[in-house]
Amino acid sequence: MTALGYNFGYLDENTKRMIRRAILKAVAIPGHQVPFGAREMPLPYGWGTGGIAVTASIIGTADTLKVIDQGADDTTNAVSIRRFFAKVTGVATTERTGEASIIQTRHRIPETPLRQGQILVYQVPMPEPLFRLEPRLAETRRMHALADYGLMHVKLYEDIARHGHVAISYGYPVLVGGRYLMSPSPIPAFDNPKMDRMPALQLFGAGREKRIYAVPPYTSVRSLDFEDHPFVPVRADAACALCQSRESYLDEVVVDDQGGRMFVCSDTDYCGTRQSHREAAE
Amino acid sequence: MSAPLLQASGLSLRFGAIAALDDVALEIHPGEVVAIVGESGSGKTTLLRVLSGLMRPEAGTVRYRDPAGAVHSVHDMGEAAMRRLHRSDWGFVHQNPRDGLRMRVSAGGNIGERLMAVGARHYGGIRAEATAWLQRVEIDPERIDGMPDKFSGGMQQRLQIARTLVTHPRLVFMDEPTGGLDVSVQAKLLDMIRGLVADLGLAVLIVTHDIAAARLLAHRLLVMRHGRVVEQGLTDRVLDDPQHEYTQLLVASVLAA
Repeated sequence: MTALGYNFGYLDENTKRMIRRAILKAVAIPGHQVPFGAREMPLPYGWGTGGIAVTASIIGTADTLKVIDQGADDTTNAVSIRRFFAKVTGVATTERTGEASIIQTRHRIPETPLRQGQILVYQVPMPEPLFRLEPRLAETRRMHALADYGLMHVKLYEDIARHGHVAISYGYPVLVGGRYLMSPSPIPAFDNPKMDRMPALQLFGAGREKRIYAVPPYTSVRSLDFEDHPFVPVRADAACALCQSRESYLDEVVVDDQGGRMFVCSDTDYCGTRQSHREAAE
Repeated sequence: MSAPLLQASGLSLRFGAIAALDDVALEIHPGEVVAIVGESGSGKTTLLRVLSGLMRPEAGTVRYRDPAGAVHSVHDMGEAAMRRLHRSDWGFVHQNPRDGLRMRVSAGGNIGERLMAVGARHYGGIRAEATAWLQRVEIDPERIDGMPDKFSGGMQQRLQIARTLVTHPRLVFMDEPTGGLDVSVQAKLLDMIRGLVADLGLAVLIVTHDIAAARLLAHRLLVMRHGRVVEQGLTDRVLDDPQHEYTQLLVASVLAA
């Protein structure tokens, strides 16, 4: 049941139209940041307003929505956003990756491979991959325009010189379609390879910074590296304590004050599905 | 003689009522070191900035011949081409090394930046090149991971030169490279620059108010005053037999040690 007094999807139709235009432009220029007029949302900046604006503009009555935060369906942020859309659109929601047509995410890509026709919407705090290296936004725009990305490689060089490896564990910079340097949002570097030639459409919304960018299906997404120091996705060397997976991305959870800790999958749907399959087998 | 690398004619630029450049013409050939001397405010640095494309003149053209032999107008080539030129075939050494270096990036990273900007993607190769260049400019290779702000002024300037020359540019602009250094460090730096210029066959356009530095480095000399080139010619000829009264004054005011 849709809440009364709201337009379908919360945003008014003119705003949706404006955001859709930005999305179309973003899809046409993979990895390029397109400015858009972010609207006031019923939650503060930094909580996913950009992602919500994108989802609100593309969602239709036939869609099924899944929302995850750090891979989990049951965290505050995910629950709030899922309830919000259930209320203002009345669309079906799910926790199953395979059943969803739109997945809004913060900080993870689901373990289950996405398929053609699905849309992955990322919440992005800082869309500019060069912002820690070059504080002037006008200058970073010029660097994007001229594909002048030597500076990013200087950062990688410095990391290897200092630490022996590239010390970026999340938000690892990628080159999209061989042209634009892009921040993949703060997903773990472990998830970067999933973006490469993904069959699903990937949309990125940054509310506070007012930028939208996109990776169309089957687009190459390459993590920056050196020939003799290739990109290596990092994963905790352990099995999930609940589902025993050795492939999934793990969270380390402190369980007591005696130094006890356990590793569990960050993707709750993936972990739960594996557990129920195991129980069914027993 | 080979065709000029850089050719400027009729350059004019005014800052309000002041003529910073007044109908200046200049040519520089491959492997040639040309010094521009003159007092402060005579338009030397402005000329350098205009020639290197950092500033646009009100009138006149600057033409540059690329390695393939094609001639381009520097101020009509577009920003992308200009950047490409500035990080491969050209170099710019600033008076203050802080303007030319990244102070929060290690010495190796500073040297490597230009290599990476032109597409080097092999860490070991970049590092080997950086080590070789540190040795070449007489900085202990042990300090490859040191930060430039921990270096002395002379070392910073030498690092800036290494960073500029690592991509083997054909033309280097130097704006008072010895400014702000004490005399013994200056002498060492000049000696080093002279060696590198000869080894690499660089063309250098050097702006300086130091007549001694000009005599040591330059093949040819241009004397500027009030935005005009008042005298030019072979360095020894100009300094030993100055024709223009201003040049005579300039030569006469050098303190004999």
